[in-house]
Amino acid sequence: MIGPSTESALPVTGRRRVIVCAGTGCVANGAYPVFQAFTDQIKAAGIPATTEFKAEENDQPDAPLRLNQSGCQGFCQMGPLVTILPEGILYTKVRLADVPEIVASTLVGHELVKRLLYVDPGTKKSCQGVAEIPFYQRQQRFVLRECGTIDPASLEEYLAHGGYTAARKAITAMTPEGICREILQSGLRGRGGGGFSTGRKWEAARTQRSAKKYVICNADEGDPGAFMNRSVMEGNPHSVLEGLMIAARAIGADETLIYVRTEYPLAVARMKQAVKDAQRLGFLGNNAFGSGQTFTCEVLEGAGAFVCGEETAMIASIEGHRGMPRPKPPFPAQSGLWGKPTIINNVETLAHCVRVINEGAESFRKLGTAQSPGTKTFALTGHVANTGLIEVPFGTTLREIVIQIGGGITDRRGRIGPNNFKAVQIGGPSGGCLTAEHLDLPLDYDSLRSVGAMIGSGGLVAMNQKTCMVSIARFFMDFTQRESCGKCVLCREGTRQMLTLLDDIIAGRATGETLVLLEKLAHAVQKGSLCGLGKSAPNPVLTTLRYFRAEYDAHVFHKCCPTGQCKALAKPSIDADKCKGCQACQKKCPVGAITGERKQAHVIDPAKCTACGTCADTCKFDAVVGV
Amino acid sequence: MISNLNLETQGQPEAAPASAPLSKPNTKNSPAPAPFPKVALIIERHGRKPARLVPILQEVQEEYRYLPPDVLSYVARSLNIAPARVFGVATFYAHFAIKPKGKHVVRLCDGTACHVKDSVPILDAIRFRLGVTEAQPTTRDLLFTVETVACLGACGLAPVLVVDDQVYGAMNPEKALAVLESVREQERKEPSP
Repeated sequence: MIGPSTESALPVTGRRRVIVCAGTGCVANGAYPVFQAFTDQIKAAGIPATTEFKAEENDQPDAPLRLNQSGCQGFCQMGPLVTILPEGILYTKVRLADVPEIVASTLVGHELVKRLLYVDPGTKKSCQGVAEIPFYQRQQRFVLRECGTIDPASLEEYLAHGGYTAARKAITAMTPEGICREILQSGLRGRGGGGFSTGRKWEAARTQRSAKKYVICNADEGDPGAFMNRSVMEGNPHSVLEGLMIAARAIGADETLIYVRTEYPLAVARMKQAVKDAQRLGFLGNNAFGSGQTFTCEVLEGAGAFVCGEETAMIASIEGHRGMPRPKPPFPAQSGLWGKPTIINNVETLAHCVRVINEGAESFRKLGTAQSPGTKTFALTGHVANTGLIEVPFGTTLREIVIQIGGGITDRRGRIGPNNFKAVQIGGPSGGCLTAEHLDLPLDYDSLRSVGAMIGSGGLVAMNQKTCMVSIARFFMDFTQRESCGKCVLCREGTRQMLTLLDDIIAGRATGETLVLLEKLAHAVQKGSLCGLGKSAPNPVLTTLRYFRAEYDAHVFHKCCPTGQCKALAKPSIDADKCKGCQACQKKCPVGAITGERKQAHVIDPAKCTACGTCADTCKFDAVVGV
Repeated sequence: MISNLNLETQGQPEAAPASAPLSKPNTKNSPAPAPFPKVALIIERHGRKPARLVPILQEVQEEYRYLPPDVLSYVARSLNIAPARVFGVATFYAHFAIKPKGKHVVRLCDGTACHVKDSVPILDAIRFRLGVTEAQPTTRDLLFTVETVACLGACGLAPVLVVDDQVYGAMNPEKALAVLESVREQERKEPSP
């Protein structure tokens, strides 16, 4: 196990540290006030403390306590997270009121505050630190390794963790050919979704004759349900910058750009800070690492268009136009930004490059599968007990991710159960839905493509039995339909018509012909679209049609939604055997549609019922069915 | 149209003058005082480069909270590009608004994770309470604008609501309405500028 636990495995004699997670999730849950409270309380307790990183003090047990914020530690649901080193204690859901107790008990008294420890919902065991928590135990964190421990605002701390050795090596001791060869041999494939060989991309740009070349970091992570890139940029921004410099050196570019989604204000701020710090130490500038070479970097903000994640659309956007893709070839590696050779790499790809250069291609290939080496980060969300950010080697099965790391599937009340699993949506709007039969499928680029899905950028949304797959398909269609840039007719109009057909199905207006038309149109949109957005837009519809045909049929032919989620088709009723006659639903029903005496089975008047589902949410005995 | 716009821009940091020269070319011979000095500064800072159109519009929007049409024309003239191109860019990106936004922007995440955790009933409840729709997202008193956003990347806290820059996680209709009520209460006590 590599990862934050390597920190907790430190001898208990190391330096005392308090790390407050300051990822977006923890901040939303109040991490900043918690951090401030620690600062105040530690001072009040008279413990010498500092927030500054000094390399020489790092392993000194008698150095002043170091208090710092970190990037996303991944376990967002349990935030705010507070890690205490050297013991490796992880406190979860820390509130302001808990801080004095932590300071008094743990920092002064060396005792655990047991109620703040994570309790494994499966075994009911309290876990003292990340090493004992199943969520972390089964991960292998490389890209995310430093995310949870180092202070993202401290270049000095990144340096102390071996930062910029790879960039220095690439710029001062390696040739561009050598770098490209190493990356090619590592088998690294683009983590943004396409899975194209990074080495081949770089080689194509390197061999172009041009005095001016560009490298762009694609941080326009627009997939709904994905936040891997955000976490890396927030937690370890210098690793992205370092990867960018390696790429620039490999193809002979001097200018680099980072195109970040504007919806990620914290990531934008951290990247800008990182660039400034790197300039300060002369890593960026006219004489990078004293090599005489020039590397510059600029952080640009997107303006909210999903399609700009596509390479050529991103280039158009940077040039000040509407972000619309153009046909390839010529590929950006031949003619990209301002007509010059340009490579565009995903945040995570660049972070992986750092490791390939540092440790070599062979070491990188040790994990993952032959065709998809290395590790991949996933944003695990939806109906799982542990939501958050994870990193696992390619070839890990869905079961390991969802059941073991995710801790199982929850029902609508949040209870974990073995029969709750229905599907996993992987790869966002371009990906597809996988079912229970795929639970043991080793995940990699090729295996997923063979079942009609794709890895995409790595969003993994688990869904329980109460999720209507037709609604999910409609949700993604609605998204791609809005985000279609409008250039290709089949993408612009086709996705709109597909959405209309799905609306018909959900509203009970569909016939058998609707399904035939939907499928036909889906294939047409795939064929008639220029870029990945249109080509993959029908995937959610096609995979749900393939694996959940019965659910579509129920909507179309029986005018009924098996999960009761589609309001127009919902026919709520009360199971007389399960109803205890407690009148709870009666009291909550906003339209007074439920009648029945105390201790006798209630009934719903279909004429009054609006299928809002309040009764089903209220009932403790699951007696309300069909909604 | 123009008089309407001026009504709308009133009270904004920099109101559009009634006689904004929409079609008059800004020739070098008669350097008129810039009608929007702050916009002029922004454009100057970006070196008057048409390539910087997106960042320029972002900063303009920061100033006005939306992109008034007069200002868009001014940007086009200053950069020496067609107003159609500026308008095209302004309408292409979801981040840009060409209608005034409310004082507080309420954004409900409707990314996949939030969606499967029932973000839609929250959206319905918010819209119902504030009396807004998808087509008319801003309240009459210009206090709130309600938007959806594809993903805020805080999926671990789904469903997520963002009011201005404050993120609220694990929402439900009741909690979301309480958040809005607290913002309104705050406004009543001490209106923010």
